[in-house]
Amino acid sequence: MSDPQVAMLMMGSFVASILLGFPICFTLIAMGVGFGYYAYAPADWMAHPLQNNIFDLLVNQTYSVMINDVLVAVPLFLFMGYIVERANIVERLFFSLNIAARFIPGAMAVAALMTCAIFATAVGIVGAVVTLMGLLAFPALLKAGYDEKLSAGVVCAGGCLGILIPPSIMLIVYGAISGVSVVRLYAGALIPGFMLAGLYICYVVGRAWINPKLAPKPPKEQTDIPNKELFIMLLTSVFPLTLLILSVLGSILFGLATPTEAASVGAIGSIILALSYKELTWLRLRDSVYLTTRTSAMVCWLFVGSWTFSSVFSYLGGHFVIEEFVTGLNLSPVLFLILAQCIIFLLGWPLEWSEIIIIFVPIFLPLLDAFGIDPLFFGILVAFNLQTSFLTPPMAMSCYYLKGIAPPHIQLTTIFKGSLPFLFMVLIAMVILYNFPIITTWLPNLVYGAH
Amino acid sequence: MNTFLDSIDRMSAWVGKAFAWCILILALATTYEVFVRYALRSPTSWAFDVSYIMYGTLFMMAGAYALSRNAHVRGDFVYQLWPPRIQAGIELVLYFIFFFPGVLALIYAGTGYAIESWGYMPFGPTGPRGEISINSPAGIPVFPLKTILPIASGFLLLQGIAETIRCILCLKTGEWPKRMHDVEEMEKVLIEQHKKEIAEKAAREAAEQEEAAK
Repeated sequence: MSDPQVAMLMMGSFVASILLGFPICFTLIAMGVGFGYYAYAPADWMAHPLQNNIFDLLVNQTYSVMINDVLVAVPLFLFMGYIVERANIVERLFFSLNIAARFIPGAMAVAALMTCAIFATAVGIVGAVVTLMGLLAFPALLKAGYDEKLSAGVVCAGGCLGILIPPSIMLIVYGAISGVSVVRLYAGALIPGFMLAGLYICYVVGRAWINPKLAPKPPKEQTDIPNKELFIMLLTSVFPLTLLILSVLGSILFGLATPTEAASVGAIGSIILALSYKELTWLRLRDSVYLTTRTSAMVCWLFVGSWTFSSVFSYLGGHFVIEEFVTGLNLSPVLFLILAQCIIFLLGWPLEWSEIIIIFVPIFLPLLDAFGIDPLFFGILVAFNLQTSFLTPPMAMSCYYLKGIAPPHIQLTTIFKGSLPFLFMVLIAMVILYNFPIITTWLPNLVYGAH
Repeated sequence: MNTFLDSIDRMSAWVGKAFAWCILILALATTYEVFVRYALRSPTSWAFDVSYIMYGTLFMMAGAYALSRNAHVRGDFVYQLWPPRIQAGIELVLYFIFFFPGVLALIYAGTGYAIESWGYMPFGPTGPRGEISINSPAGIPVFPLKTILPIASGFLLLQGIAETIRCILCLKTGEWPKRMHDVEEMEKVLIEQHKKEIAEKAAREAAEQEEAAK
């Protein structure tokens, strides 16, 4: 067998073994070591079976994950998220935003979306946002007489916004994989992120305006609070968290701090925030520390496996085969982009975002150059795409989380149907981005200059 | 066999949780650096090295803990559909095909790597031994971090042995042995709690109906 054929065998056996459900990072390490042992074997390998360059490669790749200065930010942002989700902040956010938005049609749904956006941005973990909102906002929406489908869609779609709107963990991981600076990625994701949140809000307001029965106005006495009191409510609920997010994001975007430094300040800031709400207990701090560690270990060990695997794969010439194959298809750049996004969308059904970004996106990255696609732009599209994977049946995690805490009479199909229009909004946003990539590239180029 | 399994589980959890607190050191040290840089205009020469050393130690030493909690991500969309015995059988085989060779390679290569690092003499033949970071004038030693690599892999190997025992137990009884109780992700906790509440409510209503029927 020639080397490229071995590389294809390597990829094939990896994909097949994913199906077996073994922890993927160890599958990757094993395949990297096994195929690498073959690839680097010297002629007299029988005489010195333990002298093989694969061992140096394995240990060097592992160590380069250990000292990776981009990935340092991952545990820090996770930690910040775990602290914020335990600070009982959702309730304050939601009720004050609900009153602040009272003159808009569908006020409560808009408030739920905005709460989701702010909270998801700070937390970044879809499951926590959807369940917390599902316990708090969803029953409130139903009680106020809002349409079941609309309410479910708002919570499910809003909970996913944290994947895209910076400071998002997914974009850091993409930065580590693609070599695009996290700062540029954050600047690039900012406008598209707000655009998507804006589209969601427009949709809700539009629906409520056309058909007021979907979103009945609450009785006056419930929301009739003097402006001064409302102002104080907003000042103590929305303002601190927003300030925390903005200072983290601002210091990154204006180059005052690296993402790692900003994440550290954000983590310490979230502890202070939780302390000032009197919500930080020793137990909550401890839980956050342990969960941070577990999730970081999961993400970073995946990197160890992926980098070992992919360096052996390219040593065998695997990337070259894929590149030759894809360029041989004579695709236009647009067609390639659409195809790549479709594949990532389909992968989103069975796999989690971490696996997709760390293992499968690197296969597409070397191809981007051949098609003249900006990896920054590609990354933002991937982030959009992963939102859909949380909302699309059969594996719509976001909907399952909501089903898990919704009142028993809410059917899963109702939740699916409710998420569909929001899925459509994501598609519209992606089409807009395809046609006007400047939405993504304008801000990074303005602040940091063109490449 | 059960006590052996428990003790390894406990040890992995203890090690992972002990090193988990690196996150606080990491956050505090880096925040301190930002503070002194802007407020006092005197940046530290060590904060950058401390940040990746804490991060690297944190995730490496938590590898075994994550495995003991089944937190390493799997593509489990087919796996879920199998009965426990088949899951355990396949997993047992894969531990020997995938896990042990990979982790043993990591231990073997990592040990050599660490020994080499301990042998460096960055301050000349009379100075102390041990590799230092090239990033800063502070001369932060990095040989302990490189030593973490084989040590963490060693813990991982032990936890791997515990997992194979778990597979064997499952093959015997047809049921996965319960894992130790530990902190869970918020969504999981909330959903469990919600299920419990609904079940309790249903039980209460059933009891009331029975009462009324009497």
